[in-house]
Amino acid sequence: MESTSKNFFKDLSVMFGRSMRHIFRSMDTINTVCITPIAMMLLFVYVFGGAIETGTENYVNYLLPGILLMAIGSGIAYVAYRLFTDKQRGIFERFHSMPIARSTVLWGHVLTSLISNGISVVVIILVALLMGFRSSAGILEWLGVFGILGIFTLALTWIAVIAGLAANTPDGAGAFAYPIVFLPFISSAFVPTDTMPKVVRAFAENQPVTPIIEAIRNLLANQPVGNDIWVALAWCLTITVVAYLFAMRVYKKI
Amino acid sequence: MKKNIIQVKGVKKAYKDVEVLKGVDFEVEEGGIFALLGSNGAGKTTMIRIMATLLKADAGSVVINGFDIEKNPAEIRTSISLTGQFAAIDEVLTGRENLQMIAKLRHLKNPSQVADELINRFGLSEAADRRAGTYSGGMKRRIDIAMSLIGNPKIIFLDEPTTGLDPEGRLEVWKIVKGLSAAGTTVFLTTQYLEEAEQLADKIAILHGGKIIALDTLEGLKKLFPPAKIEYVEKQPTLEEIFLTIIGKKGEK
Repeated sequence: MESTSKNFFKDLSVMFGRSMRHIFRSMDTINTVCITPIAMMLLFVYVFGGAIETGTENYVNYLLPGILLMAIGSGIAYVAYRLFTDKQRGIFERFHSMPIARSTVLWGHVLTSLISNGISVVVIILVALLMGFRSSAGILEWLGVFGILGIFTLALTWIAVIAGLAANTPDGAGAFAYPIVFLPFISSAFVPTDTMPKVVRAFAENQPVTPIIEAIRNLLANQPVGNDIWVALAWCLTITVVAYLFAMRVYKKI
Repeated sequence: MKKNIIQVKGVKKAYKDVEVLKGVDFEVEEGGIFALLGSNGAGKTTMIRIMATLLKADAGSVVINGFDIEKNPAEIRTSISLTGQFAAIDEVLTGRENLQMIAKLRHLKNPSQVADELINRFGLSEAADRRAGTYSGGMKRRIDIAMSLIGNPKIIFLDEPTTGLDPEGRLEVWKIVKGLSAAGTTVFLTTQYLEEAEQLADKIAILHGGKIIALDTLEGLKKLFPPAKIEYVEKQPTLEEIFLTIIGKKGEK
């Protein structure tokens, strides 16, 4: 294995370059991970926003964290889909029978997910800036925002790996993403939770998306983040670790 | 006598309760074309996957190019190349990009040059810059085999290389396989087409019931059967009769 491990980064960059091409050549992917979230943002700000009371003067500021999470949530369905096609087309078998660092086959997909979601997050933030989004956050706060979004992406990516490897049909591979895309709606992403009925509110306040959104929102507003950031990190890290362990188990079986 | 580049002894493999391989033994000479014949589900693919280091056998030993598969799978991977049952190409990338990708993964110095050479050799220059997803079945298979040749592996495994191809595509693949062997590469192929084995193989092994029940040259295998009878038939044979005659003659037992 010594001869293959020293080529880890070379092989990884080939794998990464390959699946990034898949993204840039798929209009459908670009549409889902970038254009749809931007359209949602426009819709919420310019159509619903006027009627929504959030207690902030600038609704784009309030909305942005939720839109970012939705963009990431819809992007990872494609991770599962790409893994599924690789498995089904025999591309994994070809790679695994070659003298390459075996783990790069999987890490190439994971890295692609992180970078491509990073790109769509940046694009969405730029559009938000055009729409009047302003932040008083300093460099540390921005690093915190990208850190949380990065770990959130990683957590969802490993779930996507399980789904992609275990699925029997391409539709099945992507199906797990629907509830994830839906979660921000039942959170503080679009409106504060205090107007929700009791049961819904209890769910909204205790599901992982709300503390993540609150932490990002406060970081962007340069406000104290309190406990939210720790709860957010705890959720993301736990999901990452558990999903990673399961994903590796599934990966070994194929 | 030539060196045996593949030695398989007593290989067993079961999926849950189903025993697929029940002690498979064979040896493959360097540079020849070896055909593993068997019906669907006989375990041909399982055997290939074991030799390609994708699957661990339950028992037995496999030595390829002098390396033991248990101890040195990484060295075996440098000696072999696998072309699976379905063309394992990236359909989003172009043919050229597919070839370059494999050349990079084999850590060759000149990936673009390697790709160009194969594109010329396989007559793919017109299609090389189109996405592989748009290729015909025969072209996909050609790119697939071309990808397997990158890095000049000593042994090439072809798992049912012509299944699903039209007659023209089949002839193309046969030509490629003969060319490979002529250039000194050992070719191990599985097939369910008897004609394919007859056309290509120096040695033929028949996998049946989890074991190799016959292993010989075509000439040797023919001696196992009673001589073909000559019959005079008045009318022109139908395609069905031709088919059945061929099956009856070669497919007995």
